[in-house]
Amino acid sequence: MQLNLEPNIDEPDSFYNKLIQLYEGLNESESREVQARLILLLSNHIGDSEALYEAMRIAREPFEK
Amino acid sequence: MPDNNPIFEFQHSPDQDSASPVRHPVVIAGAGPVGLTLAIDLALKQVPVVLLEALNTISDGSRAICFAKRTLEIFERLGMGRRLLDKGVTWKTGKVFLGDDQLFEFDLLPEDGHQFPAFINLQQYYMELYAIDRALELKEFIDLRWFSELKGIESMEEGVRLTVSTPDGSYQMECDWLIAADGARSFCRKALGLEFQGRTFDDQFLIADIKTKADMPPVRRFWFAPTFTDADSALLHMQPDDVWRLDFQIGPKADAAKEMQIEKVMSRVRGMLGDEIEPDLEWISVYRFQSRCIRNFRHGRVIFSGDAAHQVSPFGARGANSGIQDAENLAWKLQLVLKELAPESLLDSYNSERIYAAEENIRHSTQSTDFIAPKGAVSLAYRNAVLSLAKQYKFARPLINSGRLSTPTIHLESTLNTADIDSWLGKLLPGAPAADAPLQTPKGECWLLSELKGEFTLLYFTDGAVPEDVEAELRRLSEKSVLVKPLVIGLNSESQGVSLFDLQGIAAQRYDAQNGTTYLLRPDQHITARWKRYVSSAIYQALARATCN
Repeated sequence: MQLNLEPNIDEPDSFYNKLIQLYEGLNESESREVQARLILLLSNHIGDSEALYEAMRIAREPFEK
Repeated sequence: MPDNNPIFEFQHSPDQDSASPVRHPVVIAGAGPVGLTLAIDLALKQVPVVLLEALNTISDGSRAICFAKRTLEIFERLGMGRRLLDKGVTWKTGKVFLGDDQLFEFDLLPEDGHQFPAFINLQQYYMELYAIDRALELKEFIDLRWFSELKGIESMEEGVRLTVSTPDGSYQMECDWLIAADGARSFCRKALGLEFQGRTFDDQFLIADIKTKADMPPVRRFWFAPTFTDADSALLHMQPDDVWRLDFQIGPKADAAKEMQIEKVMSRVRGMLGDEIEPDLEWISVYRFQSRCIRNFRHGRVIFSGDAAHQVSPFGARGANSGIQDAENLAWKLQLVLKELAPESLLDSYNSERIYAAEENIRHSTQSTDFIAPKGAVSLAYRNAVLSLAKQYKFARPLINSGRLSTPTIHLESTLNTADIDSWLGKLLPGAPAADAPLQTPKGECWLLSELKGEFTLLYFTDGAVPEDVEAELRRLSEKSVLVKPLVIGLNSESQGVSLFDLQGIAAQRYDAQNGTTYLLRPDQHITARWKRYVSSAIYQALARATCN
């Protein structure tokens, strides 16, 4: 499955707002764990390894020399 | 330890009195699990072996305690599988906890119709003891020399000159092939100046093997963040003789000497098993994980196997089990090369197949270690996220890794394999070990793998009579210079001229077999080629390929 790189989020502003709020009141290590939980939940929903590895590659892109 | 821990006497060897070094075809350094397995396998192939052991007894602690199904199948072919099974603790269930909460339970062999279970637990010293008994039965071919320590290796044109140190002084001998099975601190590896490539992990683990009458089931129990002791993880596993393996992850900074003090160990043991417990401590050890391997297992006439060649973390039981697979992979190849029935290049396939296996085991071992002992804040966050999700949400459970337990390597990329031309159902592949299945004979039940006796075997399935031309071919095959033993299985009770029947259809299902289905199996019981219909020229080609001829 190819990774969808076209706009696909229903409510962009509201989603972004909720994403930031997700970490409210949490310290750094708690935030990291919440983030990890979220990524695992979404990864399982996608399931397809081709799409997941492509997303990982793009996520790291700015820091690849 | 077993009662009356055996001491084996040093015996003066006639080699010590020889004016010039005596030459042997095969010398094996190290009478541990790997060296003993190889010696027995070679002896059954009538290859004489000198087996050198620096000490005069068996392993001092339990060490390797989990012997996998494939290992038991190999040992059965060598004539000691049932003995290990009878003494061992059979288990197939594992439970994983986070703190006091059970996250999930797994079953390692959900399928019936195998002679051996997924695993038994048995102290390494029993395995060694039984193998020594077997080696003594084969003493016509196995010259087992206790208190004989390899001290020098000198490569020659076509062989190796060895210096051996004994209580009677040193002597020299020569061999065509030296097999290094001398363990993690291998003298052979150091003598050849070979470096390990790979990783050592910082986290320390404390092993306490205790003896106590406790009423607990033979289930592998693994705790992440246990509440009963200050360790990052803990493991509990049953062994025979009321011995239990306890393993605690005590972190990178723990003081090993303090951790091994009896009082400290006892407080951890009581934390896990209750205050009332009064165990005997059998063996205490602190270790760090290693995941590493030498670059080449064959260096001219010196061949490396087991821990001397590769090391993994113990979670997953991939140390001794993979070393024993090394031994069985090497034995038949060495035999054919020594008998000049195959070129030396056959031994390069040992190198490539077992490096492939070592890399697979190291990968699993490293992945388990990264989960059990995460390095860095991000890894720890993901690990904890998996664990915290797993209890409530099933999807996270496959991500939990408390050790992926040893399964035999499928030599998928081996150049000895002949690629499939037909399409096949089921799990078997060229390069995989043959699957077991119950068979029926006029005398009663037997097992398919027990019929594979360490030669090349042509497995032929038939639902009627064996056609005359096929029968003639099978007879001719068995007269080849590389022995191929035909094994005919009747798919139903009407099959004529057949003494083995697959009346339950389990073999037919596992081998996707119909009338005329043919498998060529290597002496180590691995599938090297297969056809839906018998094709004689293809079998000759596949046999040539599997022997580098």
